[in-house]
Amino acid sequence: MLILTCPCCGIAADETELSPGGEAHLTRHGPGSGDTDFEDYLFNRENARGVHFERWRHAHGCGKWFLAARDTVTMQVFGTYPAQTTEPPQEIRDRITKARPGWRWRDFGAAE
Amino acid sequence: MSEIIAPLNGAAFDGLLRVDALGPQGQITLRGDFAAPAFRDVVTEVAGTAFPEARRVEAAGDRALLWMSPDELMLLLPYEAATTTAADLAQRLSGEHALAVDVSDARAHFRLRGAPLRDVLAKITPADVSPAALPEGELRRTRLAQIAAAVWLTGPQEARLFCFRSVAQYAFDLLSTAAAPGSEVGYFDGR
Repeated sequence: MLILTCPCCGIAADETELSPGGEAHLTRHGPGSGDTDFEDYLFNRENARGVHFERWRHAHGCGKWFLAARDTVTMQVFGTYPAQTTEPPQEIRDRITKARPGWRWRDFGAAE
Repeated sequence: MSEIIAPLNGAAFDGLLRVDALGPQGQITLRGDFAAPAFRDVVTEVAGTAFPEARRVEAAGDRALLWMSPDELMLLLPYEAATTTAADLAQRLSGEHALAVDVSDARAHFRLRGAPLRDVLAKITPADVSPAALPEGELRRTRLAQIAAAVWLTGPQEARLFCFRSVAQYAFDLLSTAAAPGSEVGYFDGR
C-alpha cells in the first residue's frame, strides 16, 4: 500500500484516496511542433523499474494535484512536491541519490 | 414555499455509536485567495469566527468555518440564513477573485456519538484516526468505504460527518453496520 503526503494540505493520504495521473514532468508539444516531439509527448512514457516520478490527485481530500517521487519496485517514497514545478526539486533528487546512487530517469539523474 | 426535507429526514441508529441524520443544514461554499486580507476579513466577519488554519474548523455558536482545501472553505450556518448570507457574501466579495455559493442541499450531515468513535471510523476509512493524526477540531476529508466524506471531531466522543446527499442512505447504512452491537474492536480504548 502506498501512502503519500499531499503537499497541498499535509494529509498522509492512502493510495485509495488518491487518483493516479500518470507520468510527471511531461513537456507539452502542441500545434506547430514536429511529429517526433508530438509523438513523444502523446505516446512515449517511461516504464520505470525503480525511481519514478508521477502525478497524483488528492481526489478524496483537498482535490489538488501534486507530484511524487517513488521507487516502483520497493514502493519507497522519496517525497512529494507541488505540481507547479517543471523538474524535481534538488532536495528530492538528493534524497534519491542517497538511496539509489547512479539513478537515472529521463533527463534527470545522479550524475548531474 | 415547499417544505424543506433533510436527507434521511432524521433517521437514527443506536449501537456502538448513536448515529443521527441531522436536519437541514445551511452550507455555503467559499473559494478565494486565503492570503488576500479582503477575503479573510469578509469571511471572518460574516462567519463570526476566526479564519481556520489548514485542516482546522473554527466554530462559534451555530456557525462554523471549515478548511476544505488551500482555496476552499465551507461555512455552516442555520438553513434559513443561507440564501441571504450567500448573496451578501457574493456582493461583498464582488471585487475579489472569490466565489460564494449556497450549497445547502448538496450534502447530508450526521452526528456520531459514543466512546468507540475512533474504532468505528477506523473500520470504514483508510484515514489515520488516531488522536495524534486526527485531533479534535480538525476536519479530515477522506473516503468512507466507497464514498467521499468528511469527518470533524467536535469532541472526545462526538463527531460531525458529512457526505453528498445522493449517497446519504449508503453512508447511514454503512455507519449503522460499522457500529452494530457486538462488533467492538477496542483498539483505541484509553488512547
